[in-house]
Amino acid sequence: MSEVQISACPACVAAPAAEEAAHARDVRDTRFVLSLPAIYCAACISGVERELTKQPGVRAARVNLTLKRAQIEADEDVSVDTLIGALTRAGYEAYELDAGAISATETDKKGRAILTRIAVSGFAMMNVMLLSVAVWSGASDVTRDLFHWISAAIALPAIAYAAQPFFGSAWTALRAKRLNMDVPISLAILLAGGMSLFETMESGRHAYFDAALSLTFFLLAGRYLDYRTRSVARSAAEELAALEVPRATLADGTVVSITDLAKGALVRVVPGARVPVDGIVVEGASELDRSLLTGESLPVEAGVDTIVSAGEVNLTGPLVVKVTAAGEDSSLHRMADLVAMAETSRNRYTSLADRAAQIYAPVVHLLALFAFVGWMIGTGDVRHSLNIAVAVLIITCPCALGLAVPAVTTAASGRLFRSGMLIKSATALERLAEVDTVVFDKTGTLTEGKPELSNLSEIPPLARGVAMALAAGSAHPLSAALYDATRAADVTPANVTNIVEVPGQGVEGKLNGETVRLGRAAWLGAAALSQTATYLKIGEDAPVAFAFVDHLRDGAAEAVAALKRQGKDVVLLSGDAPAAVADIARRIGIEAWDAECLPETKALRVGELTRSGRKVLMVGDGLNDTAALAAAHVSISPASALEATRVVSDMVLLGKTLEPLGEATQVAVSATKRIKENFNIATLYNLIAVPIALAGFATPLAAALAMSFSSITVSLNALRLRGKS
Amino acid sequence: MNVLVYLIPISIFLGGLGLAGFFWSIRSRQYDDPDGDANRILTGDYDDHPKP
Repeated sequence: MSEVQISACPACVAAPAAEEAAHARDVRDTRFVLSLPAIYCAACISGVERELTKQPGVRAARVNLTLKRAQIEADEDVSVDTLIGALTRAGYEAYELDAGAISATETDKKGRAILTRIAVSGFAMMNVMLLSVAVWSGASDVTRDLFHWISAAIALPAIAYAAQPFFGSAWTALRAKRLNMDVPISLAILLAGGMSLFETMESGRHAYFDAALSLTFFLLAGRYLDYRTRSVARSAAEELAALEVPRATLADGTVVSITDLAKGALVRVVPGARVPVDGIVVEGASELDRSLLTGESLPVEAGVDTIVSAGEVNLTGPLVVKVTAAGEDSSLHRMADLVAMAETSRNRYTSLADRAAQIYAPVVHLLALFAFVGWMIGTGDVRHSLNIAVAVLIITCPCALGLAVPAVTTAASGRLFRSGMLIKSATALERLAEVDTVVFDKTGTLTEGKPELSNLSEIPPLARGVAMALAAGSAHPLSAALYDATRAADVTPANVTNIVEVPGQGVEGKLNGETVRLGRAAWLGAAALSQTATYLKIGEDAPVAFAFVDHLRDGAAEAVAALKRQGKDVVLLSGDAPAAVADIARRIGIEAWDAECLPETKALRVGELTRSGRKVLMVGDGLNDTAALAAAHVSISPASALEATRVVSDMVLLGKTLEPLGEATQVAVSATKRIKENFNIATLYNLIAVPIALAGFATPLAAALAMSFSSITVSLNALRLRGKS
Repeated sequence: MNVLVYLIPISIFLGGLGLAGFFWSIRSRQYDDPDGDANRILTGDYDDHPKP
């Protein structure tokens, strides 16, 4: 970046030394994009920006609250982990985004083009309306003609520019021999413009320039709302895709993109990292968390010759994996085939807007034709008949119809976005409104997939201190949970020395010369419990068991309770062992559950429910849920899910909590109700206006009033959705 | 009615000014982060020394 940028950064002004350092090095522009799902206020913006610019090497940071994202300019040696760490310590959830995948949305050209067209048509509409008011209030003869000519001079170029999206879309539809909503719209705009120009030339009394323009203006507004909703959803969906930065570390330490990996390459997987490829372990011993692929909550042991799949998480020791399949061939991608099959069933859903358009377009054309033919037979006056046909086309204007759906979905998705839920599919709300059965996955969805120590009170004080000291020396999730629980209980760690981690087994140390070990039952010679547990052995004493339960996700119980209150059946399908599933089902209040489900079983169960007439909402995060998610009527996944899973989901929960689920179904129901109300309003207005137009009593003033009224009523009705939040 | 000769061009010109202003605001990306801008005015960070 330029030098202006360097000195423009607030941190450098505060610390001149940093500026010097920046000059001294050859600065290449490293740019990070962070996702900040939890920010919402002014204090968050300045807090995040301050925290980021405080970090050495960061030159500038800018938060975008609308997209909940921060862009960072920093020196090359700044690692994104330190930035995320700093933000997390300051209390802001942050994730790295793939800057490459994000940059595509940065220049929002299409949105700006629509806004420009709205501005042009709005400007023209207001000016023409000023002149029209004068005509309506009695200007006559030369004055009226002059006003009409000025109107034409403003309106015709404005229409030619602003209404292009409708003409384009209508032309495409006509060429494919179809009718869409844009055909009657284009016809109305063009005929209104052409007819008015003719009338102006002939010194006629009525010109519809203002109607043509306000039609364009209102419809563009609807189009823009629709576009905004989709682009917010799309950019957030891209953001989720960008969360998985596709990189792998080779055995010699170089970092390469996953697409560059060949079969037989050796990849190093450090503890805590996700296995990027399918392969075989050739070096190292560790434990793997397979919950995303299978739903098992217990880690699996891994050593030389263990077969690993992309998507598993390495827990304890470093592993070197020989690649057997990468990228498109890996098990992650093969899952997509299952999904593609299930997807087709859902594409059959026709949205309310499409159904309305299918009825609307032919009816309007027939009505206009009927008016023209009828008046031709009655009077034989082509000009008059055409005028009436145009009036019919304008008065049945789909203004209200064009706004009916976008206004509602914008209001609804805006409200859900604020409570942490992202709607990816345009028809998802309508489908969600019909749901009567909710199927949950367990691990990673109802639970965080994180263990929680359950029997601390039964453990002798000495063992507590020793376990805490040993647990501090390991990154294993059970150790981390043990450490957190003991720290929360104000346990003082015992003075354990020489702590070493034995990969795949546990942690070992010395306490007053005695060997103390914390780890697997088999390693210590302890009898294994039926639930998740880790064991502590002090010297030759009998081993002490630390039992864990899966930590419930925030808001899970509330969400289930809310769904049940709304009279929906709640089912739990998990790939985990029966004991663990039964425990969660009991804690969360679900009666119907099933354990040890294979991915196919889940999809099958969802299919059965669907065939028995149920509309199923599937909530899941694992790869093993993907087929079921795609088979369900509508699907939701948490942001922590794998990309493949989120791709098939209609909605994504952005935050950590499940609580928005209850609200989402309610909002969906009321949104669908509003859409239908809006259609009714539009129909009602047409029932009154069409006979008047057919009878030949419609004037440009009446058309303008009716158009504005119906559009405003429809928008206001949609705004009722925004609610109290 | 001769006053119209002045008034109509003036009204169109003034409207055009507004339109040009709106184009400028679109070009300078003032609609990229509406929520953020609404919130930023509430921070006191740059009250004493404007952001350089």
